[in-house]
Amino acid sequence: MKMIEERDKEEFDIFTHRLVPRHRIISEEEKRELLTKYNAKLADLPRILITDPVVRKLGAKPGDVIEITRSSPTAGETKYYRVVIVE
Amino acid sequence: MNLELPPKILEEINRICEEKKLGKEEKEKIIANVRKAWESCLITPGVAIGVVAAQSIGEPGTQLTMRTKLTSGVGEITITLGLPRLIEILDAKKEPSTPTMQIYLKKEYRNAEDAKRVAKKLLEITCKNIADEITIDLIEKRIEILLNLKKMKALGVRFDEVNAALRNLLKAFKIRKKENWIILTPKRRRIGVKELYDAKNFVENLHIKGIHGIKQVLPIKERDEWIIKTSGSNLKDVLKLKEVDPTRTITNDIFEVARVLGIEAARNMIVEEIERTLSEQGVVVDIRHILLIADLMCWSGRIRGVTRYGITGEKASVLTRASFEIPLHHLVEASIFNEIDEFRSIIPNVIANQPIPIGTGIPKLIYGVSEDGGNRGAKEK
Repeated sequence: MKMIEERDKEEFDIFTHRLVPRHRIISEEEKRELLTKYNAKLADLPRILITDPVVRKLGAKPGDVIEITRSSPTAGETKYYRVVIVE
Repeated sequence: MNLELPPKILEEINRICEEKKLGKEEKEKIIANVRKAWESCLITPGVAIGVVAAQSIGEPGTQLTMRTKLTSGVGEITITLGLPRLIEILDAKKEPSTPTMQIYLKKEYRNAEDAKRVAKKLLEITCKNIADEITIDLIEKRIEILLNLKKMKALGVRFDEVNAALRNLLKAFKIRKKENWIILTPKRRRIGVKELYDAKNFVENLHIKGIHGIKQVLPIKERDEWIIKTSGSNLKDVLKLKEVDPTRTITNDIFEVARVLGIEAARNMIVEEIERTLSEQGVVVDIRHILLIADLMCWSGRIRGVTRYGITGEKASVLTRASFEIPLHHLVEASIFNEIDEFRSIIPNVIANQPIPIGTGIPKLIYGVSEDGGNRGAKEK
């Protein structure tokens, strides 16, 4: 419905929102390094859905690992990893 | 594993070294000492941090108010506070009982007039809001709407907007205006009373202008800045407005945040909301406990509550699930589907009176006992 006349055509950029941390798809090599560092399998990682707005924006595929740079109140900055899964 | 010092601590060291003008050697010494202290603060493997987090939130939770609703500030907008709100967040209720938004405006619109203007634009107006009367004329078989011109003026609704909304959504009716009345006559000759009645209900809730779901608006000055508080929430559409600052505007509906901004934003939101709810009541809980719970709730990519349908319901161990709630259901289901409990977690081992695998119950991890009983120095217990 186009009830609101002055609506911007352009989608806003969700990455500018203060709640959304930095997301980045990591390369295959980084992925291997990560998994050996934590002695983990891909399925052990926390997950992110393929339908997540951030994943859609990045264009990640299932099985990709996304590195999230969180700002943490205790450590300043931390890295968190999520693997993309199909719902 | 070789752990690095967190950037926040390193920054602090750098800042102090520069302030005191310390040399490279001294700085390295400081770093080594800080490192030692920091490492002694780390949690050792095997500590039941989940239980500690549960206690640390549970005990202060008893001090929260149990009253559900409180008005916020001057406004008429009610928000859920205290214990009910905390339960709402942790249970991951699909919709908060009082959805509300805080809408920030872009720099050029941060004044009283613009805030009021944007607020007016946001407010959802349905036919019911501007009509004095919506009736069915059964003899003539038509619907009559008596418009309240005063209300229309106050809400800033023009007649052609009403007309356009009706025309767009109500294709089966002819629209005629007669003074303050709008008369809707069906295009088809034969129309049942029930159809008319349904149409009337539809007209009552017909969206005329504003944003869906925004039921109340309140422009308010907060810390030298005009913002708009609302009851009812629709993050996606509000963020698209050109006056709205899309970097700070938030809603208290966590699922909506997850839908619009993603799971990581929802996780930040959970942390913020829990902390705010607690500190509003003068309760102090270490942020680490809250971070742990928020991480666990968002681990699977969608938000799961701490309920029998969420985190606890998805545990691998049958006995753990059964000991939480509705044991019979879980045990019957597990036996039907031939589930196996490997006794790796705490609860099954407590039930079976065996050593639990936390703390000193997992020496294998710390001592590295090999198959033949030999080990690296330490003796097997």
